[in-house]
Amino acid sequence: MAGDGTPAGLASRDVILTVASRDVIPGVASRDAFGDALARLGETHPEVVVLDADLAESTRSRKFAKKFPERFFDMGIAEANMLGVAAGLSLAGKIPFCCSFACFITGRFDQVKMSICYSATNVRIVGSHCGVAIGEDGYSQMGLEDIALMRTLPTMSVIQPADDLETVGAVEYLLAHKGPAFLRTTRQKLDRVNKDGYVFQFGKGVTLVDGNDLTIVATGGTVGPAVKAAALLAKDGLSVRVINIHTIKPIDVELLAKAARETKRILTIEDHQITGGLGGAVCEALAEREPVRIRRHGIPDVFGESGTPEALYAHFKLDAPGIAAVARDFVG
Amino acid sequence: MTLDGPTLATFRRRAFDLRIDNLDAIASAQSGHPGGTLSAMDLLQTLFFLEMRHRPAEPHWADRDRFVLSKGHAVPALYTVLAHAGYFSRELLPTLRHLGSPLQGHPADFLLPGIEASTGSLGQGFSIGIGMALASKLDGDKFRTYVMIGDGESQEGQIWEAAMSAPKFGLDNLCVILDHNKIQLDGSVVEIMNIEPFADKMRAFNWNVLTIDGHDYPQIAGAFAEARAAKGKPTFIVAQTIKGKGVSFMEGKVAWHGVAPNKEQLAAAVAELRAAQALVKEAA
Repeated sequence: MAGDGTPAGLASRDVILTVASRDVIPGVASRDAFGDALARLGETHPEVVVLDADLAESTRSRKFAKKFPERFFDMGIAEANMLGVAAGLSLAGKIPFCCSFACFITGRFDQVKMSICYSATNVRIVGSHCGVAIGEDGYSQMGLEDIALMRTLPTMSVIQPADDLETVGAVEYLLAHKGPAFLRTTRQKLDRVNKDGYVFQFGKGVTLVDGNDLTIVATGGTVGPAVKAAALLAKDGLSVRVINIHTIKPIDVELLAKAARETKRILTIEDHQITGGLGGAVCEALAEREPVRIRRHGIPDVFGESGTPEALYAHFKLDAPGIAAVARDFVG
Repeated sequence: MTLDGPTLATFRRRAFDLRIDNLDAIASAQSGHPGGTLSAMDLLQTLFFLEMRHRPAEPHWADRDRFVLSKGHAVPALYTVLAHAGYFSRELLPTLRHLGSPLQGHPADFLLPGIEASTGSLGQGFSIGIGMALASKLDGDKFRTYVMIGDGESQEGQIWEAAMSAPKFGLDNLCVILDHNKIQLDGSVVEIMNIEPFADKMRAFNWNVLTIDGHDYPQIAGAFAEARAAKGKPTFIVAQTIKGKGVSFMEGKVAWHGVAPNKEQLAAAVAELRAAQALVKEAA
């Protein structure tokens, strides 16, 4: 128990209760962009098959299922078997997209490790509902450790798109990718951070804002808030670079090293545990290449909890004002 | 090929050669699982020398039947059968479990022709086999898939997830064999965590269930033929087997689940198997 009477790891009550109003967030959730892209690409790629574990409505694999029922397999609430069946489909020449909440995939880590990665299958695991941004359902449904776990597996690639354009690009890319991949999608709508005509480049970070005083490295649903934070910081006279890392493994060491050399400080932002997530990956890469001061910001080794997505992002300082405050403190 | 008189005689003689090479490999590694390899051997010989459509010289032939050894610790038996079938040289067998050998302690599909899936973490091969059978159905049902699971392995929850799912998809191109040798690492299966009545459970899960003596070649061949003829349902064969089959001091002994024979024990086992083989030759 923490000193204030709340369970260890949970936020204190007063912080949560101060956030009440709920703004309408524009944009498209990456799960929706994923579902639409998959249903479209299914037409030209007969080798694509899709599996889900009774969450087709939530992961948006339903769109593919409606269009191609013979290539869609609802495996019921049995993720271990689903992952193994996906591996078998891949070993027999198919390209399976295997969908569930990210948190339920991590629970079957051994199947991901042995059935999918060890044989370097072409299974694409789509882990949706990542982060505290899923909101009200609370910790048991939040993918907060998935990046850390998936990153440890040889042959596995880890991708987390920041907006709808990037999601479509990632899904298109994954049709030809060799080996297993983990695609992390969001329930919440995402600000569009890329421009029309955006081309997804596997393994390459994207510099969205240029700057020289600090580099913010963000991924997924926190990229939009990071870009807004940079605008807030610019008003304070801080010149902040923003890099979007959509491919967390393999990570773009060159781009990160360049940013480290030029801005001296790196702030990582993610809706995931800072242990082993993007923050961990950036630290590992730069410690060996271009050691600079790094602050990891995300879910700070505590559990998530219920609340509106907005309240949770305010609480964990993952919204634009929160990220800007963390940046000011870091540069301080 | 059918199991006519001469073929049957060849199978019975080869059964001893396979057991000897298998034990020799395990002894060379000085680690491994003799009991569960000897219980599975007759089933494996029947699969690769009679039942399955496959081409050892063309191991990646697209329409080959697939075999997944879900009880991956019995892989020395599979390596031995694959070598005898012509997938690779028998000389590789004693490299089992040695550093740099493609004959890993548990199957690694990317290292050796004839190995279709990487297993060893129990419960997973069953699901992989279902995926292969589903792929075959999508592509015009050109190959069949065979999976072998263990009885101790069947305590894994994933076995039952898999058992639920195959009938849903009407996978009559899938045949799962239970090597029911009744012993696991810590003791007898009944005592550790009873899985009986197994056949009833699988019937309740809507499988076509057959029970046979897993060391009787005509019964094994007959069950595979029956599985091929069954439509609309996957087939589950409960093969009653004897752990350590063929070596008297290993038969039915928990101690021989996961311990390699030393030099003297290997010599005694080989002598017993050769003597029994000579009797079979005489009878023929």
